[in-house]
Amino acid sequence: MSKLTDLGIAALRDGVKDGAFSARDVATAFNDAVEKGRGLNAFIVETPEHALAAADVADKARASGDLKPLSGVPLGIKDLFCTKGVQTTAASRILEGFTPVYESTVSGKLFDAGAGMLGKLNLDEFAMGSSNETSGFGNVISPWRRSDGGNVALAPGGSSGGSSTAVSARLCPGATGTDTGGSIRQPAAFTGISGIKPTYGRCSRWGIVAFSSSLDQAGPMARDVRDCAIMLEAMTGFDPKDSTSLDLPVPNWEAGLNADLRGKRVGIPKEYRIDGVPEEINAVWDRGIEWLKDAGAEIVEVSLPHTKYALPTYYIIAPAEASSNLARYDGVRYGQRVAPAQGSLDDMYQATRAAGFGAEVKRRIMIGTYVLSAGFYDAYFNQAQKVRTLIARDFERAWEHCDLLLAPTAPSAAFGLGEKLADPIAMYLNDVFAVPASLAGLPAMSVPAGLDGQGLPLGLQIISKALDEQTVLNAGLALEQRAGFTHRPEAWW
Amino acid sequence: MSDYRIQGATGEWEVVIGLEVHAQVVSEAKLFSGAATAFGAEPNTQVSLVDAAMPGMLPTPNIECIRQAVRTGMAINAKINAWSRFDRKNYFYADLPQGYQISQLYHPLVGEGEISVDLDGGATKTIGIERIHVEQDAGKLMHDQHPSFSYVDLNRSGVALMEIVSRPDMRSPEEAGAYVRKLRAILRYVGSCDGNMEQGSMRADVNVSVRKPGQEFGTRTETKNVNSVRFIMAVIEHEARRQVDVIEDGGTIVQETRLYDPDRNETRSLRSKEDAHDYRYFPDPDLLPLELSDAFLEECRATLPELPDAKRDRYEQELGLSAYNAAVLTADVTTARWFEELLAATGKSGAEIGKAASNWVISDLFGALNRLGRTIEDSPVTPKQGAGLLALVADGTLSGTLSKQVFEIMLETGDDPEKIVEERGLKQTSDTGAIDAVIAEVLAANADKVAEYRSGKDKLFGFFVGQTMKAMQGKGNPAVVNELLRKALDQA
Repeated sequence: MSKLTDLGIAALRDGVKDGAFSARDVATAFNDAVEKGRGLNAFIVETPEHALAAADVADKARASGDLKPLSGVPLGIKDLFCTKGVQTTAASRILEGFTPVYESTVSGKLFDAGAGMLGKLNLDEFAMGSSNETSGFGNVISPWRRSDGGNVALAPGGSSGGSSTAVSARLCPGATGTDTGGSIRQPAAFTGISGIKPTYGRCSRWGIVAFSSSLDQAGPMARDVRDCAIMLEAMTGFDPKDSTSLDLPVPNWEAGLNADLRGKRVGIPKEYRIDGVPEEINAVWDRGIEWLKDAGAEIVEVSLPHTKYALPTYYIIAPAEASSNLARYDGVRYGQRVAPAQGSLDDMYQATRAAGFGAEVKRRIMIGTYVLSAGFYDAYFNQAQKVRTLIARDFERAWEHCDLLLAPTAPSAAFGLGEKLADPIAMYLNDVFAVPASLAGLPAMSVPAGLDGQGLPLGLQIISKALDEQTVLNAGLALEQRAGFTHRPEAWW
Repeated sequence: MSDYRIQGATGEWEVVIGLEVHAQVVSEAKLFSGAATAFGAEPNTQVSLVDAAMPGMLPTPNIECIRQAVRTGMAINAKINAWSRFDRKNYFYADLPQGYQISQLYHPLVGEGEISVDLDGGATKTIGIERIHVEQDAGKLMHDQHPSFSYVDLNRSGVALMEIVSRPDMRSPEEAGAYVRKLRAILRYVGSCDGNMEQGSMRADVNVSVRKPGQEFGTRTETKNVNSVRFIMAVIEHEARRQVDVIEDGGTIVQETRLYDPDRNETRSLRSKEDAHDYRYFPDPDLLPLELSDAFLEECRATLPELPDAKRDRYEQELGLSAYNAAVLTADVTTARWFEELLAATGKSGAEIGKAASNWVISDLFGALNRLGRTIEDSPVTPKQGAGLLALVADGTLSGTLSKQVFEIMLETGDDPEKIVEERGLKQTSDTGAIDAVIAEVLAANADKVAEYRSGKDKLFGFFVGQTMKAMQGKGNPAVVNELLRKALDQA
């Protein structure tokens, strides 16, 4: 038998159910892997006892025939989800030492479904970043290395960089991510794993540290499409505590998995063929088109004419909301406080926020404050809201011609740590293919499609209509079956 | 038109007033959280995770607060916006945990309405309402707990407020005072705000400018958080005077926010427009637009009580009350409610008993409450007891004099009037035999006066009435006494 940590969520669930191994053995194996993987800095907090406790419950449940959908499966939880009794920081020093007395709806649902927690995963500070380099708790290092024999540390993508690294390096069979403008999909693509952002409103945002409320959406990151479907079922569902939560039944996505795409039309958005994207990206995209054809789908070219405005629109709306959402980190009630002697309240605010926030967070707070300020609101924020509507309408029009869209996930493979840090615009460009679906609130997924010339994973992205996660998952499965992506990073850590 | 004028060195000035009244919504729970809203609780005992703005917490609208604001809008004949939206007003302060207040700038719940205000001398004036929006209240800073730190009490944080914005339609302190009193009355009738200004559940931002009559509006100042009708009127008087003096001394009024100091009766500049916060309002992305169904609006309308103006008209027309009595009894909902309970307890029609009941409430009951330093809410006499007293007068058991005696005993003992009459034998008598006997005694004892009367000194009749009543310890039915006396005196 292969190592337990090589198994994905479905295999672990089934193995525990069949008695092939105990949940405790699974938890122990992953706890060991987490410990051995510390060099990757994927975790901010490790919670081996949580994983073991859930495993013991699972083993008892098996004996009494009360197994739940995720019994025996230990997961990593992105440190943006508030976890009761376990420090939650959003990877920001301003929240260091903050221990919630409440459990986020999504993590609570996963635990109710029987899952255990291996730890809290590192991320870009407040989920603002595409490389996990903005974390207040250090870079996460991708387990992948270029095939040139060099040891350049690569970015795991972001903001769910701890999640992508941990799943890819087999420290977790699955992990929660959040996606505001690509934060599940881009790191999944960078590390050769799968990840889906469901329709906005499917997952409750209650208890997730807010970055940009109108865009933030939780989703699973796992080894394959089926594992994503299993986790997604456990994570979604109506929550009266989130006004934007969708009051809809949760589909049985795993049972609905079907790679036969006959009768489906796949749109290829012509505006996603942009200058400066490496040929390898377009090549893998073309292979994906052939794979979906092979799965029975019809391919049509579609136009999303406002695509070029998506990135600037995103970088107005997201910082605007963030500038307001992050106002609560003021040193008054929790987290870090820096109070200069004899200082005023304003002095305390300034010192606390200067010390607690990193450079990227400060940059976005300033951008957001600027675009909302008197005299600029109409030119920036209001205009961006209008363009956002146009972008959503682009998709609506595309659905008159097709059922789903296929595109690259990111414009490049993983880059080296530090390579883009000095150039925020270059960093922001990472999300060029990801943000349109975020702005429109649509379900979108990245699945691994192959390796580039340097041996690094490349992902393909599927976007579908609101609420049609099943089509996304099914197309993902069709790609997965044909891509035969079995590559994994060699353990060097 | 108000003829209120400020006399300046350069002539007369007119004052222009607009009010933004913040009224705390009566509701068990806060606007966006389930935390309780009781006044006076221990600090930080009525605070939910949402109110404390813990990371990841989200607001969810409390429909009861929305219902109250909609009903308030309906009570002032305002346009109700079935589609409205919440916006964030961003600023930093220690009593504002989120770093923003959830309010409604762009699309308020309630649009234009109006209130009719009664002025001295029987005139009325219509004051326009621009809008009512709902928003969160802030917490409270406590500066007396520590030598170098302020403490924060978040009990009030997130409590629902209605901000009721008037048009700049008022022209004198009296008009502003009448407007606030009328608004308060309507809120209390609707039950959407308790109107308690001392506890801060109603407070006003007072916008004042001055101009030469007939000219364009001048620049206004805004005096924040004024918490009594008296202070509102004082602010207007003081601020108008100050502005006239500034202008006449060659200065200009700057648009600014001011604070009122009741101890020194003056306003002070808090911040000018240049230092004003840039609140960076934008739609709250945590909340969906508020869409109200026709059924919901219908239900709101169906639960509206009879409002003060309608009630006053009805009291005049159906109950036959004087304009004065009707106005006094409808000025506050508690009085009106007490009065109507009293009417109901009499079991008689309003037309039959209304007038007598209103006179008794206004002169006897109010007089007694005043003397005892009590309000009608803690009246020692219940409406049912009042009705019993009125019934005893109506059926002739008690004379006016006797009823006053009985009422005094009711106030002291809390006993029912029937019991008092029974136990103390305070019944009025209409027994002609008994009265005739007393009359005979009185006439016999005052034979000289009888002679005088009979020889034409009519005025002595009152003397005989007094003597007879005195002899009967006030219990004689005055009408019967009168009748029998006249008979006896006119006999011979």
